Amino acid sequence: MTTEDLKNITANFIVDARGTACPGPLLAAKKAIGEIESGEIMEVLSADEGTKHDIPRWCEKMSHEFLGFVDTDSYTRLFLKKA
Amino acid sequence: MSMELENQVKKLEDQLKKLQSTQPKDQISIIVFSGDLDKVLASMIIATGARAMDTEVKMFFTFWGTTMLRDKNKSPKGKDFMSKMFGFMLPKGSTKLKLSKLNMGGMGTAMLKGLMKKKNVSSLEDLIKIAAEMGVEINICQMSMDLMGFKKEEMIDYPNIKYVGVGSYLSDAGESRVQLFI
Repeated sequence: MTTEDLKNITANFIVDARGTACPGPLLAAKKAIGEIESGEIMEVLSADEGTKHDIPRWCEKMSHEFLGFVDTDSYTRLFLKKA
Repeated sequence: MSMELENQVKKLEDQLKKLQSTQPKDQISIIVFSGDLDKVLASMIIATGARAMDTEVKMFFTFWGTTMLRDKNKSPKGKDFMSKMFGFMLPKGSTKLKLSKLNMGGMGTAMLKGLMKKKNVSSLEDLIKIAAEMGVEINICQMSMDLMGFKKEEMIDYPNIKYVGVGSYLSDAGESRVQLFI
């Protein structure tokens, strides 16, 4: 998906992982994924480099589709679709 | 022709079944030998992170690692002199653990805890709670308990804690994809 497409997504659930440190973001993602239905889109907000790499790998392991990310000035928005 | 094909398929199915049974599980086995705060913290971050990825986690606490699981609010009676000495000399639970390096008489440890709080890194106590909620399995080495004179009654309340021997660890480790010694 292009950056434009991603910017226009309205996620079904937004996980703000900007305040927490490892393993916080992964735990938050795991908890949140239970709140949405299959096929719905989750957005994870992250301010650290580690999470930016962790989330795509987490998607791979959990069989969710990682759609891409969009960088803003101070944080990154990561998009994924639940399997 | 069809008979031959059927037999071949059956043979392949049997081979597949055999192969599948030897595959390691989506599981990680962690021995926690160290009682240092930094090392134990790492083990709990890995354990909870693994649960976030739906990987089973089996932890085996032995030697100094067992000190993390002591409950600072529990003081069992009936210990002999040696056990009382060990109990006194060793850290009584997660809040009393020290860094493996730069402890500097407790200053380094306090500084790290302060930094962790500032950066919103979960404390060891938080991680233990999270681990319990997420189903991290904790097993304690019975022999270590005996050597150091710890009693079951002085350990923290953690769901399904078991007291096992090396055989259980090796069994768990043998079926895990990942084994760590911390």
